[in-house]
Amino acid sequence: MSVTDPSKTDLGFSDPDPQRGGPLGRLPSIVLPIASVLIAFAVGGLLIWLQGVNPFYAYWVMFSTALGTPEGLLRVMEKSTPLILTGLAVTVGLRAGLFNIGAQGQLLAGAIGAAWAGYAFTMPLAFHIPFAMAFGMLCGAAWASIAGVLRAYRNVSEVITTIMLNSIAIALVDYLASRPLKEPDQPISRTPEIAETAALPNFGAIPTGFVLAILVALFFGWFLMRTTSGFRFNTVGLNSSAARYAGISVKRTIVLAMAVSGALAGLGGAIETLGVTGRFEPAFNAGLGFDGITIALLARANPIAAIPAAILVGTLRSGAAALQFETGIEPEVVDVILALTLLFVAAPIVGRFLFRKRNIKTTRVTSGWGS
Amino acid sequence: MNARWAYILGGFIVAGIIVSYVMDANRTESVLSFSLRYAVPLILAAMVGIVCERSGVINIGIEGQMLMSAFAGFFGAALTGNLIAGAMIGVGTGMIMGAFLAVGSVTWKMDQIIAGTIINILATGLTSFFYAQGYVLPGVMPTVAVPLLKDIPLLGPVLFNNGLYTYAAILIAVILWVLLFKTIWGLRTRSVGEKPSASDTSGINVPRTRFINVTLAGGIAGLAGAYLAIEAAGTFERGFTAGRGFTALAIMIFGAWNPLGAMFAAIFFGLTQGVASQLQSDAVFEIPPQFVNMLPYVLTIVLLAAVSGRVSPPAAVGKPYEKD
Repeated sequence: MSVTDPSKTDLGFSDPDPQRGGPLGRLPSIVLPIASVLIAFAVGGLLIWLQGVNPFYAYWVMFSTALGTPEGLLRVMEKSTPLILTGLAVTVGLRAGLFNIGAQGQLLAGAIGAAWAGYAFTMPLAFHIPFAMAFGMLCGAAWASIAGVLRAYRNVSEVITTIMLNSIAIALVDYLASRPLKEPDQPISRTPEIAETAALPNFGAIPTGFVLAILVALFFGWFLMRTTSGFRFNTVGLNSSAARYAGISVKRTIVLAMAVSGALAGLGGAIETLGVTGRFEPAFNAGLGFDGITIALLARANPIAAIPAAILVGTLRSGAAALQFETGIEPEVVDVILALTLLFVAAPIVGRFLFRKRNIKTTRVTSGWGS
Repeated sequence: MNARWAYILGGFIVAGIIVSYVMDANRTESVLSFSLRYAVPLILAAMVGIVCERSGVINIGIEGQMLMSAFAGFFGAALTGNLIAGAMIGVGTGMIMGAFLAVGSVTWKMDQIIAGTIINILATGLTSFFYAQGYVLPGVMPTVAVPLLKDIPLLGPVLFNNGLYTYAAILIAVILWVLLFKTIWGLRTRSVGEKPSASDTSGINVPRTRFINVTLAGGIAGLAGAYLAIEAAGTFERGFTAGRGFTALAIMIFGAWNPLGAMFAAIFFGLTQGVASQLQSDAVFEIPPQFVNMLPYVLTIVLLAAVSGRVSPPAAVGKPYEKD
């Protein structure tokens, strides 16, 4: 495989060969995810129907509560913010050939880091928010760097280490919130509330964090396509030997990509703390990391496409509570829908059916294994 | 791992066990029994990884395969009122999940890590969605004591007075070692995992060998899941495999893709957990419970970093086979 122009980088899961074009041209890269989502909804609808609820009514309840009211919209935006960022975190990793399954742990590190920076310091507003955010990003980056360094210098698979670091992070933040960083004289384990100077305000009806997440996604769209560092990420991801011959330090790029990935997930956690929850509580922030994988793959590792993918997932997550309240359907139906979406996007089932092509290329994103 | 270091480490562990047995027999026995029970699902799951990777397929979906089988096994046992039927349903579910990975990674030539991740996410979603409270198992599996052997001091109560799953796990590890290194099937499996093009030239059907092995390995994952739900926990909770499927992959690497090596690695792993829990419950040190909980995960990372470069995976692992 030769080094490709990064602007043409297409992870193209089960995408028909782009060079061949075909009747739909480049369209498949959009058609496939949309078709996958729709089929996943159909299967999810079947599950809902088997539970004795009209699926159209169920989906209507979900989407109308999530998108039909100003409060619903606000919640969707709040829910989508960390999802955009964890989706980006996984995307940046994938571009550099790393499968970061640890967005969850990095997000927790960022969330508790930002909470500590938010309550333990007194400083003016203009400094406090950026400081707390930067500290959260630093925590996320540091946590991810453990896996990055082990991958680069000891060749330990980041897939296993990031999963282990997730579990360690869950236990560690639970300890921190129940012992050293605990709010005194409280029965439950949680950190004190952040200072007012650290709280992220809303931009009218739009949370600042949401705007920030979108800007970050746009920045990474530019960064990965148009900068030298982005080019290095892509090159290492596509062909690490070629990257080495071209004089790119593969090890440093891996560590850097993992740190950037962790910083993004950490920022997601920081925004969640500073803009939504106001403090860190171990029960918050569950399960956001795995959604990041779904989002990154649904967006085909394109940072800008991660925005709509994350908003879709955020809408479903946000509507799931209303679904349970109105119809008694378990909110976990969303997990099933998302898993099926991921299956249809990544496996060449839908692609084969849609494009009637037998020999569909499935591109590899991960490289290296074991020791 | 370097064999000499393994022997030295093993020697120290055995010496430590004997010293502690002389000092406090009952407690040593209970820690060792705990360790072995902790190791059972890890042994089985590591065998899944070994069979798959020796055939050239990465199985990161062991966790999901175990979770689905635990779910199916538990509710199967609760609904049929028969523990053995539950275990069979668990094994069957595991094989279906194994076939799922085989279709993705062998037939469709998908990225194997993504195929496994999909299994994990799908299993979490499905088992959470269909989870229902209020089911109980019809009973507990009896422990089977081996006559005569059970009367050996220390070894008897620990090794020869266990549930069927424990014997099965050890037996499977031993049988797998024989199969992998002493039979034609093993030679073919290893060749497919090391150099599939050469296997193909010598007339071995590479995709078929991989497909069958990955599917059968899923059955072992099913047994591990059934053990967790039916014997170890006696219940099913959402996401209760708790990362054992991933830990097993580290154990597989630590055991150098050798069934017996992985079995001892898993027992070593169980031992650290057993000692840590005992220290905690005896309040020897004041350890916050969260640190005991994170021990297996920290140990996994440390072990991986320690053996890296000393062992090497099957050469063709992770690469879909393309016929030239």
